[in-house]
Amino acid sequence: MPTHTFILNGQQVSVDAEDTVRLLWVLRDLLGVTGPKYGCALDVCKACTCHINGKAFNPCSVPVSDIKPTDEITTIEGLPATVGTALHPMQRAWLDHDVAQCGYCQPGQIMAAVAKVRQARAAGHEITDADIDELRNICRCGTYSRIREAIKAGAQQM
Amino acid sequence: MAEHRRSPQVTAVPGHRGLGRRRFLGYLVAAPTLAVAVVATDPPRADAAIPTLPEPEELFDLGDMQNLAAAPTSGLITVEMRQDGTAFFAVPRAEVGQGMTTAVAMMVSEELDLPLDKVTVGLADARPELLMNQLTGGSNSMRSMYVPVRTAAAIARQRLVETAAARWGVPAAELTTRDGAVLGPGGRTAGYGSLAAAAASASTVAVAASLKDPAGFTVLGTPHNRIDALDIVTGRKQFAMDMSVPGAKPTMVARPPTINGTVVAVHNLAAVQAMPGITDVVAIDHGVAIRGDTFGQCIDAIQAVDVTWGPGTVDGESDDTVEAKLRAAALPMTVPPLLVNTVDAEFTFAFASNSPLEPDCAIADVRADRAEIWASLKVPIVAQEAIAAQLGLPVSAVTVHVVQGGGSFGRHLFHDAAAEAAEISRKMGKPVKLSWSRTDNFRQGRTHPMCVSRVRANYALGNVISYEQRHTGVQTDFGHGLGEMITATAAHLPVAGNLGFAETIFELTQSSPYNFGVTTQLLNEIPLRFNTGSMRNIYSPNVVCAQELVVDQLAARMHKDPVAFRRSFLKDRRVLAVLDRAAQAGEWGAAMPAGTAQGIAVHSEYQAAIAVLVEIDCRPQTVNRPISDGVTGPRVTKALIVVDPGFAINPTGLEAQMIGGLEDGIALALTSSLHMKAGIPLEGSWDDYFYTRQWNVPTDVRVIIMPSTGDSPSGAGELGVAPSLAAVACAYARATGSLPTRFPINHGTLGFTPLPLEPSTPQSPTDGLDDTF
Repeated sequence: MPTHTFILNGQQVSVDAEDTVRLLWVLRDLLGVTGPKYGCALDVCKACTCHINGKAFNPCSVPVSDIKPTDEITTIEGLPATVGTALHPMQRAWLDHDVAQCGYCQPGQIMAAVAKVRQARAAGHEITDADIDELRNICRCGTYSRIREAIKAGAQQM
Repeated sequence: MAEHRRSPQVTAVPGHRGLGRRRFLGYLVAAPTLAVAVVATDPPRADAAIPTLPEPEELFDLGDMQNLAAAPTSGLITVEMRQDGTAFFAVPRAEVGQGMTTAVAMMVSEELDLPLDKVTVGLADARPELLMNQLTGGSNSMRSMYVPVRTAAAIARQRLVETAAARWGVPAAELTTRDGAVLGPGGRTAGYGSLAAAAASASTVAVAASLKDPAGFTVLGTPHNRIDALDIVTGRKQFAMDMSVPGAKPTMVARPPTINGTVVAVHNLAAVQAMPGITDVVAIDHGVAIRGDTFGQCIDAIQAVDVTWGPGTVDGESDDTVEAKLRAAALPMTVPPLLVNTVDAEFTFAFASNSPLEPDCAIADVRADRAEIWASLKVPIVAQEAIAAQLGLPVSAVTVHVVQGGGSFGRHLFHDAAAEAAEISRKMGKPVKLSWSRTDNFRQGRTHPMCVSRVRANYALGNVISYEQRHTGVQTDFGHGLGEMITATAAHLPVAGNLGFAETIFELTQSSPYNFGVTTQLLNEIPLRFNTGSMRNIYSPNVVCAQELVVDQLAARMHKDPVAFRRSFLKDRRVLAVLDRAAQAGEWGAAMPAGTAQGIAVHSEYQAAIAVLVEIDCRPQTVNRPISDGVTGPRVTKALIVVDPGFAINPTGLEAQMIGGLEDGIALALTSSLHMKAGIPLEGSWDDYFYTRQWNVPTDVRVIIMPSTGDSPSGAGELGVAPSLAAVACAYARATGSLPTRFPINHGTLGFTPLPLEPSTPQSPTDGLDDTF
């Protein structure tokens, strides 16, 4: 069985897995990193959203063999360390607005929100409602309104 | 079938139910540290008589029935004080996002004078002795737990004070409590943790304590964030599939192409078992179970397994055949139409999915002589007893752990995944971590059944003189009963059976809030064998939507404004008050551009009152705005919810439930449904089942909580759905100038390409790095 090496939340990891196994299952079932959730494995619900080299992606739809040894994968567990604080400002905003209900989608929501704010800034503007309209993450509890408030508040602290 | 006529002149019982300074009973329980137990039920309301015949929902509703049903049980629930100064309480309810654990922690914190972060709330395992006291449903948890939990905490506080008084040799009356410590004369202080062992009782004795006067509350009634919020935002909150149970490997099931289909033959079992990472493959009742090192490899095996399937239970049924059967089964109206002065309307509501985001899942470890189950279960006692029967084990040999759920919306009233995990674990002889796939959840999971609601209203001389509603649906499965096997079994009995149970639930939850003369609302259900169950708010979203659309029609016929019309006919002053507040705060009647409109609806249930006012944009540039792989359609741009919850235990959590109900209502009105075709839904992913997404969310959402109208909380978890659906429907009708009669309004157009029916779970994409952002 092939061995795959990459950087996970700042640490070099090696894991034995068949090439085609999607990264989500490598994270969850083989490495025990359970922050990214399984909601569909179809790249639709976005509950598993993580970052690869700082950009949002969905590991349910990436074979582990597509991950290079130099790729930096960040899950919700590693998000605070990317800014060197106990919590990322977006996580704090989520707490301030008491966004979560069941919480199942929220790690993915937060990871997507951080990337969306960065994407807006790279395009030269602060995040807007129109940008947030582009987020595809499902929240079946319907916390969308508080997500909107939290993204805007979190962006101000990023 | 009994027909229950309602007097049109019934007036609602006022919401005030003062507890005064009555003393409540509990028990000091023999334990190493202080432990206080109470009977896990709210005393029956003095103003709620046991009904001999079905009575109006205003007087006696589903929650009251659950409370009364719970009264005779002997099971106790216990608050424990630990030596580290924290209090622990294992609540016999499910937490699925509704905020129950936070509210219960607040109750303990309030009566114990202990900071909220020192209260730990766990979920109790299935406890058969609690009988009906371990059901999470009917928005009943706050109503049923409010007095018992506070009583236990108040007795614990009283015992801690007495213990400190004895230690210090001073009268208990001179002591006070604050922030988890007893304070005495001369600046003496003793933390609760230091008293916990001394306060323990050597035997179990009955004691009584008074509850705090609500006027003195510092925790209850004030906004608090969820107690699990930090765990959630850091990814630490554990759901069933995040748990590590030794040997429990990922397991999925290849399923038939029609609902409840069966396995005739598996042609390549050995080949599938030889696939990379696969450990076990076995045929089960409704599929082929596959266990492996990763869920991904289980999905690979589902692509490969070759099965001949037997028929399912509804193979010949599609949307149109079901609708025709429902129409034929509708109960007749009893009041003849009054020629021109009649509104006759019929509304069809498509099948809808109650699937949460977390797919159905469970861990099972079944051995020869015992079994252990981990799952999010709202009726764990029935799960325990049914799984014991399924496995041929005594109930006491089956341990059922209730774990945190990633949403429910009715789905976790049943234990389908837990039963299937037990079946698989037994057949494989190994522990399994079973997850249904997303596609399984939509296609084989339970649904809110299609229903047709007919309304006839007659009016004359400025009055509505009759209002009749005939609601006909595919049967809603109430096989979970009221928490234990007696009522669960009753729902399956051939005599009264599920329809009798369903009619009882309908009677206890539905009532017209209007003085419309002769009023009847009747249910009939047809016994097609779809997998159904309650979805958040059960019958109310459909019944209230039909009702409120007809109310707007009546208002138009009688040349009245919708709000003014409702004001003229509403029975209940609390409903009137929320309507007035919504109309005022939401600027009802403001000028709106053509193609946009306001809509308003009211509702009363769970001893609460609620009004929802929305604004909708149905202009072509909005309806046709482009979104890839998703539907747009009309957009609700603004929403205002005004709620009178009696007493709001946690305004932050209450507001969250209202917003969630709103998003459900928007979805049910505009976008989300299942298309049933030849025995199975076409929907297989969240890009097919159009639950509200960010691009359909109103950017302006406001919740107003009315000042307390009583000392007791009402139910809130489901309350917002019905009036939100109704308000959006009414707004749509006003914006487009035509009465919508089929919901969701986009159901007639299939907005996606269905995933194949076989393999039952599609392979995951591989191009996830193409759309990073």
